[in-house]
Amino acid sequence: MKILVCISNVPDTTSKINFTPDGKTFDKNGVQFVINPWDEYALTRAIELKEAKGGTVTVLNVGEADAEANIRKALAIGADDAIRVNAFPKDALFVAQQIAAIAKENSYDLILMGKESIDFNGSQVHGMVGELLGLPVIFPAFKLDLLDDTTARLEREIEGGKEVLEVKLPFVASAQQPMSEPRIPNMRGIMTARTKPLKVVEPSGSEPKTEYASFSKPEKKSGVRMIEAENAGELISLLRNEAKVL
Amino acid sequence: MSVLVLVEGFNGEIKKSSLEAASYGSQVATTLGTEATAIAIGDVQESALAALGAQGIRKVLFDDDARLHNFVAEAYLKVIAQAASQESAKVIIFSNTNIGAALGSRLAVRLNGSLATNVTELPVIAGDTFTVKRGVFSGKAFADVNLTGDVKIVAVKKNSTEVRSDAGGSATVEKFSTGLTDADFAAAPKETVMQETGGGVLLPEAEIVVSGGRGLKGPENWHLVEDLAKALGAATACSKPVSDLDWRPHHEHVGQTGITISPNLYIAIGISGAIQHLAGVNSSKVIVVINKDPEAPFFKAADYGIVGDAFEIVPQLIEAAKAL
Repeated sequence: MKILVCISNVPDTTSKINFTPDGKTFDKNGVQFVINPWDEYALTRAIELKEAKGGTVTVLNVGEADAEANIRKALAIGADDAIRVNAFPKDALFVAQQIAAIAKENSYDLILMGKESIDFNGSQVHGMVGELLGLPVIFPAFKLDLLDDTTARLEREIEGGKEVLEVKLPFVASAQQPMSEPRIPNMRGIMTARTKPLKVVEPSGSEPKTEYASFSKPEKKSGVRMIEAENAGELISLLRNEAKVL
Repeated sequence: MSVLVLVEGFNGEIKKSSLEAASYGSQVATTLGTEATAIAIGDVQESALAALGAQGIRKVLFDDDARLHNFVAEAYLKVIAQAASQESAKVIIFSNTNIGAALGSRLAVRLNGSLATNVTELPVIAGDTFTVKRGVFSGKAFADVNLTGDVKIVAVKKNSTEVRSDAGGSATVEKFSTGLTDADFAAAPKETVMQETGGGVLLPEAEIVVSGGRGLKGPENWHLVEDLAKALGAATACSKPVSDLDWRPHHEHVGQTGITISPNLYIAIGISGAIQHLAGVNSSKVIVVINKDPEAPFFKAADYGIVGDAFEIVPQLIEAAKAL
């Protein structure tokens, strides 16, 4: 079983988000980067499947050299090898084309990633990869089990419920909670990660279809209005007459 | 050239999020000097579709193939791609539902178009430039994005567009057949399991959400959340610790790794407001926080707050809500 897990290098959830003064670029100063939390569900599930059935887990990142710390972390958690496509991830289509190009070279049985990245919140890459490769995409999947060497059973969230699917390999699935329990790398994992292969490849050609022109931040709230606990019922009339949401 | 809107049905009705997409699409069509057509798929009554005229839709293409009641990506894609080609659609509008997001990305590749998801405002169109504002960094920022492709696909964030009902007239409904074969349904789900919805309101579609955290002390106290939700016509939700403890099912978990919601009103009871939780709810229009700890970080993000014991406060709210 060959599994490809695509990970994104994103600002930690607790980071303050700032942009350069012209508003055109995200300001990385003082920001700690992590493996995209949704991708971690995909990564740990891939490692669990490998531990149960054998095979390999390859981690793929489309990003610049500063992503390597988190690529090594993924190796420390239990992936076997890694590929970094050396490019700034311009847009979702660009990233999807890089992933599809790598996938075409190395026929994977499963291509997993998170349901979205917490920086651009696009939720686009998995669908685009599936379309570029002509593979089914299961989005968003919160349960993934292998029935045998050729078929997987997945549960997918839909509005108001869930669907149970049986899908032939290979396919693309995008993970969400509670697909797996993310792991913290142990000392042995960290030691062995240093010697695991991390291949850097140059991007293949692609024409982006979107341009990020500028960024802005939402207006600050005007402050909280406190209501005495003894008069809690007053809240309901404020919500109706002042906030006009009831 | 026209604007095409995907309309999803649920239990015979049009989803509210699709009414928003229709309202968005018809306004884009007016700006572009063209008309908005809807492609309707799924479990929806034909009679409901003509009423889309109120949202400014002039024509509805309706594929009533019953096999489409379940979402099957390949079949849906064929239907939409064929409708887009028939209508020479240059702009396609979805709601950013799980279905809309799943289709948008595949369609963007198939039609060689540009896609923006999580879009919060109408586009700014100036000459050939088509710019949309979308939410990024989990609600902490917005980005203005130019869609440079020939076909522009926009997935509109739920509850960010006012549903208009002023356009008047009714839409013509035309049968639309794509000639789908069994192969297009090969990936159909084996089984669909619908959830129990507390007050009958689906969380992702809800305008009002009442949410509980660990401060409620145990699942046996959830009647407080449920009764308030029922009195307000709201959906129920919970924080991550609550779903991790199995007090409530995972599909109710809102937050960074749960679902993201943007209702008109979000009432948080006994939730401290960790940044991971805020990431899932920070685009709610009005936030109410009820917590016994006056230092709870959630108060900083709230519009209204009450410091005190939820077990004393919530019954008062239920009484007041019932009296509305």
